[in-house]
Amino acid sequence: MSASETPAGPATFEFTADNLALAQRIIAKYPEGRQASAVMPLLDLAQRQHDNWLPRAAMDYVAGMLGMAPIRVYEVASFYTMYNLKPVGKHFVQVCTTTPCWLRGSDEVLAACKRKLGIGPGETTADGQFTVVEVECAGACVNAPVISLNDIYYEDLDGPSTEALLDTLIRGETPKPGPQNGRINSAPIGGPTTLIEMAQRNGVKPASQE
Amino acid sequence: MPKLTIDGIELEVAPGTSVLQACEQLGIEVPRFCYHEKLSVPANCRMCLVEMEKAPKPIASCAMPCGEGMVIKTDTDTVHKARKGVMEFLLINHPLDCPICDQGGECDLQDQAVGYGFDRGRYGEEKRAVKDKNLGPLIKTIMTRCIHCTRCIRFSDEIAGVSVMGATGRGEHMEIGTYVEAAVSSELSGNLVDVCPVGALTSKPYAFTARPWELRKTESVDVLDAVGSNIRIDTRGGEVLRILPRLNEAVNEEWISDKTRYAHDGLKRQRLDRPYIRENGKLRAASWEEALALTASKLKGAAPEKIAAIAGDLADAESLLALKDLLGGMGVASLESRQDGSAIDAASRAGYIFNSTIAGIEQADQILLIGTNPRWEGALVNARIRKRYLQGGLTVTVLGPRVDLTFPIEHLGNDATLLNAIADGSHPYAETLKAAKKPLLILGSGALARPDGAAVWAAARAVAEACGLVREDWNGFNVLHRAASRVGALDLGFLPAEGGRDLAGILDGARKGEVEVVYLLGADEIDAQNFGRAFVIYQGHHGDRGAHRADVILPGAAYTEKNATYVNTEGRAQHTRQATFPVGEAREDWKIIRALSGALGKPLPYDTLQQLRKRLADANPVFAQIDRVTPAAWGAFGTASAVAAAPFTLPVENFYMTDAISRASATMAECTEAFVSPAVAERTGTHG
Amino acid sequence: MLRDEDRIYTNLYGYEDFRLEAARKRGDWDGTKDILARGRDTIIEQVKESGMRGRGGAGFSTGLKWSFMPKKVDGPVYLVINADEGEPGTCKDREILRHDPHKLIEGCLIAGFAIGATACYIYIRGEFYNEASNVQVAIDEAYAAGLIGKNACGSGYDYDIYLHKGAGAYICGEETALIESIEGKKGQPRNKPPFPANAGLYSRPTTVNNVESIAGVPTILRRGPAWFAGIGRPKNVGTKLFCISGHVNKPCNVEEEMGIPLKELIERHAGGVRGGWDNLLAVIPGGSSVPVMPKSICDTVLMDFDSLREVGSGLGTAAVIVMDKSTDIVRAIARLSKFYMHESCGQCTPCREGTGWLARVMDRMVRGQARLEEIDMLQDVTKQIEGRTICALGDAAAWPVQGLIRHFRPEMERRIADYRQSIAAE
Repeated sequence: MSASETPAGPATFEFTADNLALAQRIIAKYPEGRQASAVMPLLDLAQRQHDNWLPRAAMDYVAGMLGMAPIRVYEVASFYTMYNLKPVGKHFVQVCTTTPCWLRGSDEVLAACKRKLGIGPGETTADGQFTVVEVECAGACVNAPVISLNDIYYEDLDGPSTEALLDTLIRGETPKPGPQNGRINSAPIGGPTTLIEMAQRNGVKPASQE
Repeated sequence: MPKLTIDGIELEVAPGTSVLQACEQLGIEVPRFCYHEKLSVPANCRMCLVEMEKAPKPIASCAMPCGEGMVIKTDTDTVHKARKGVMEFLLINHPLDCPICDQGGECDLQDQAVGYGFDRGRYGEEKRAVKDKNLGPLIKTIMTRCIHCTRCIRFSDEIAGVSVMGATGRGEHMEIGTYVEAAVSSELSGNLVDVCPVGALTSKPYAFTARPWELRKTESVDVLDAVGSNIRIDTRGGEVLRILPRLNEAVNEEWISDKTRYAHDGLKRQRLDRPYIRENGKLRAASWEEALALTASKLKGAAPEKIAAIAGDLADAESLLALKDLLGGMGVASLESRQDGSAIDAASRAGYIFNSTIAGIEQADQILLIGTNPRWEGALVNARIRKRYLQGGLTVTVLGPRVDLTFPIEHLGNDATLLNAIADGSHPYAETLKAAKKPLLILGSGALARPDGAAVWAAARAVAEACGLVREDWNGFNVLHRAASRVGALDLGFLPAEGGRDLAGILDGARKGEVEVVYLLGADEIDAQNFGRAFVIYQGHHGDRGAHRADVILPGAAYTEKNATYVNTEGRAQHTRQATFPVGEAREDWKIIRALSGALGKPLPYDTLQQLRKRLADANPVFAQIDRVTPAAWGAFGTASAVAAAPFTLPVENFYMTDAISRASATMAECTEAFVSPAVAERTGTHG
Repeated sequence: MLRDEDRIYTNLYGYEDFRLEAARKRGDWDGTKDILARGRDTIIEQVKESGMRGRGGAGFSTGLKWSFMPKKVDGPVYLVINADEGEPGTCKDREILRHDPHKLIEGCLIAGFAIGATACYIYIRGEFYNEASNVQVAIDEAYAAGLIGKNACGSGYDYDIYLHKGAGAYICGEETALIESIEGKKGQPRNKPPFPANAGLYSRPTTVNNVESIAGVPTILRRGPAWFAGIGRPKNVGTKLFCISGHVNKPCNVEEEMGIPLKELIERHAGGVRGGWDNLLAVIPGGSSVPVMPKSICDTVLMDFDSLREVGSGLGTAAVIVMDKSTDIVRAIARLSKFYMHESCGQCTPCREGTGWLARVMDRMVRGQARLEEIDMLQDVTKQIEGRTICALGDAAAWPVQGLIRHFRPEMERRIADYRQSIAAE
């Protein structure tokens, strides 16, 4: 990978005053002389400040702040998949397609995205609102299939609920996070088979046991 | 001292020895790609797998330290299967373009595929293609060939000290490069080509030039600085095609600078291939007889005190001695070998050599650099300091201009008078030096070429003496020369004799007409317009500054064309060996002087190189100690007086062009354009 | 079936608040000072006695791992918590992080104390943004309440806990890659030796433990090692979080006893296999790395380390991926091969080159676009990766394919034959 394959981005980058203060607090988490440890959180911070992608100027800025050789920062930024080295849409739709999600219909989710947004994985809508990407296991497999949208997980999706989710976003509203099929977190749908008293104490009806 | 068994043979090894190294001690060959003994050990190629008893799977022998009672097997089915598997994996995405690859014939992958490769491929999928990277004028990349051993990254980080190479992306998309497509700005970058085990990084100037089996290999030494790097000169049909490092742990280890490696194209340009005589202001071709006769007549026609000789930076010991014998025999006293006007003299050998030796740097814990940029004045000396720095426990302190040396420094400033203050103990750094276990100072040659060079030299001596740098078991006083000829010339006393003129005196005399004949033995670093109306004899190999002013030109041999002796900055005498013949009618330099002595009717008493070398050893026993450094006795040198407040200035403005050969090199011109000009432009604000 | 009173993760489903007050009501941070007062050696001994085996996949005794830490050290010693959960099928640590973070924080304190740590870093995968936020809240609360930090819980022990977020790399679940990542580098596993206990984070003695291993420790020490050791079968004891995904009627996470029969686990908690047990094709019982098992094995196998190893698979992270008869099993495994290709760090040859080779051949196998001999070649390639790499990702890439060939070779052969026929027909 080389810089020529990514957009040039702005010539310079600087943290905002708030982010600068936050960066200092992050750096302080690590022992003296080990400030390179802060490279990942600082890149994350820079990306959040810069429309969810990391231009080279931001990487160089972080390298300078941490006293690292820039190439070491480029290595990190290009190794971890959450750093976007190219611009992405405002809504960054990350569809998990690894086996557990695929078994439960991630193909439907991708198809719904295509239907609704007209774009496939790796593409961005012309208005820059949406980017769809395929990601590897999101770690929410019992709530498959899953979309991670910017920082929020939307779970237990199917074609229609995916379209509904995208519709909500298109309307400029924020969808309700978590399972989209009415279940509570990772408990079995229809109520838990365990932790009965806990469930009842909190007004949850356990699964009917035969 | 762990004892272990390898293939049924028991052996004891030093603690910290790896299994791979232990195998080598037994002469057991273990294939490897990523492992390089001068670099850190990532164990990523997995080629060196061996079996270890009690381990459930094969181990990477390069990264496994020997342990007591270990039982290692290197010749089992498992081992062979593992290596063949790794080899197959390395080859599936390799282009197998050996017929058009410059590494062909000297490629680790090719060689090891003979032993571990299959006779056909099983991989039927699409192969990976990787975009080539632009790493500058010296290194050509064909990145599809890369096997991701990361040697180049480790070399850049660890040896060169420029963290510019890296591996971006991950998995099978991992790519080696600089990411930003910048040239590798290091004076040691050419070594990347050597450490690359495949044809991913090859030499750009050498591209498609020759196959290794066509080359004649000559072991020699470099003369483009005073380090005396050991080199191998590869030639074909009388042409130097490339220069590679030759392992010498005491000098250059297995690295050479980019100038040493790549300036050789300068050997083909602007060469003096026949004698010339100036007539009516223009040089015309002449025969040797004519040229020698004219030279002899001019020398005979002038009184000895009106004759002077200046030896250049590339002059070998044989010709220096021959010229000294010849002119000295005629009563000429004005002999000079310090083209830079240095105040250094031969008073005490310990005063003009690098006493602690280059390898000795590895013992130092405190280094004081005085008015020098070792990165440009002796790149391998700098690499050795960096190596020592990486081992931990070294402080490098700089008195002089601040430059990036690839390791952190403490900067004392650039006030030359601090030398006096350190010597008299009034500067706190004196205590630092005194407290060090093995303190060492390196005095740059530029510092000695100041008008107060003799005072600087004495002050450095005073520092060494006052701060405990000179002891029975340790001499931390070092001069870092730039000129390959300098120490040899001092050892032979190629200096003004009683009543003779030094450089300034010669130039002054020439201007005033008091010096009528000047003999330049390859002296190219002097503004030749200073010779007034004197008759200038130039003996050398390039049409550079000296030749431009010459009245007669005696074409000599470059270092690749002669068997000659050079003494490096440590005082180590080494031999260059003739790899090609001198061009055209040019001759080995001592033979020219020998022939001239005949023309003068005063034949020198040696007809063979052996006889001359015997004479050299008689003149100074260091010439009998080839490849060795004899410790020099401490003695007085310099002129004790106040050092002037003037700041030190660095003598090398462009690392890539420092002599007649590198100035003639197109490759060095490209490097200048790529690495030096941008920096100068940035410094002075004059872009373009 | 495990009784509710024996469950450690009472807020598994997030019915209650995750914060300190609610956590305390659930019994967290109860008598922590007294536990610490038992002393390092006793705590390690009791964790050993409890029989707790690491919940991250390898199943190594947690107490024994702690005992490898040097006893007397000057300078920093680290506990690192591996919350880089990403093994396909696995989503158990997520529940602890977001719903019961105080169990983890308390565990970090006790474990850190036991190994003589001076500080702790919790490495959470970057995608778990909200989970990490909850953990940070819990850390802040614990500091504010004097539970950690200077004189933690009034024990006289000073101990800091920091959160470090990943940024998308499965390989950082490998402990030395995780350490590299905290140090600000690419997550590339280190060669061992040296092991982290001798030279880990910042080259200091370090123990890396999984979230579930550590979060269970306070309860184990409160209820006594015998309680934990009394659940399950010998050497396979205690409670375990199971993640049941795929073709079941009610996918879920559930805490059950170690050694529960797979069939019971699926039928009791996950509403059974879609279309009934007889509609079951295969199960991957321990996260994507372990070999797939056909129904015949699933009928009787028990869910613990040793039982699953005996049938040629493994408990791994106890992530049960269920596949019914409608499943394209070749594609299901091929997708895992793509996963490992994507997640290979690229450092060492067999994994970097081999995972891509596997993925490409598997992709053809899905369509049957291959020669019969290539099944053996595929097997051979997995063997050339397995055991030859720096870390276990190579093994993890090899095993699913090996499991497929072992149990579903006829299906692969059938596809190849079908494809040939379709070509011939054209």
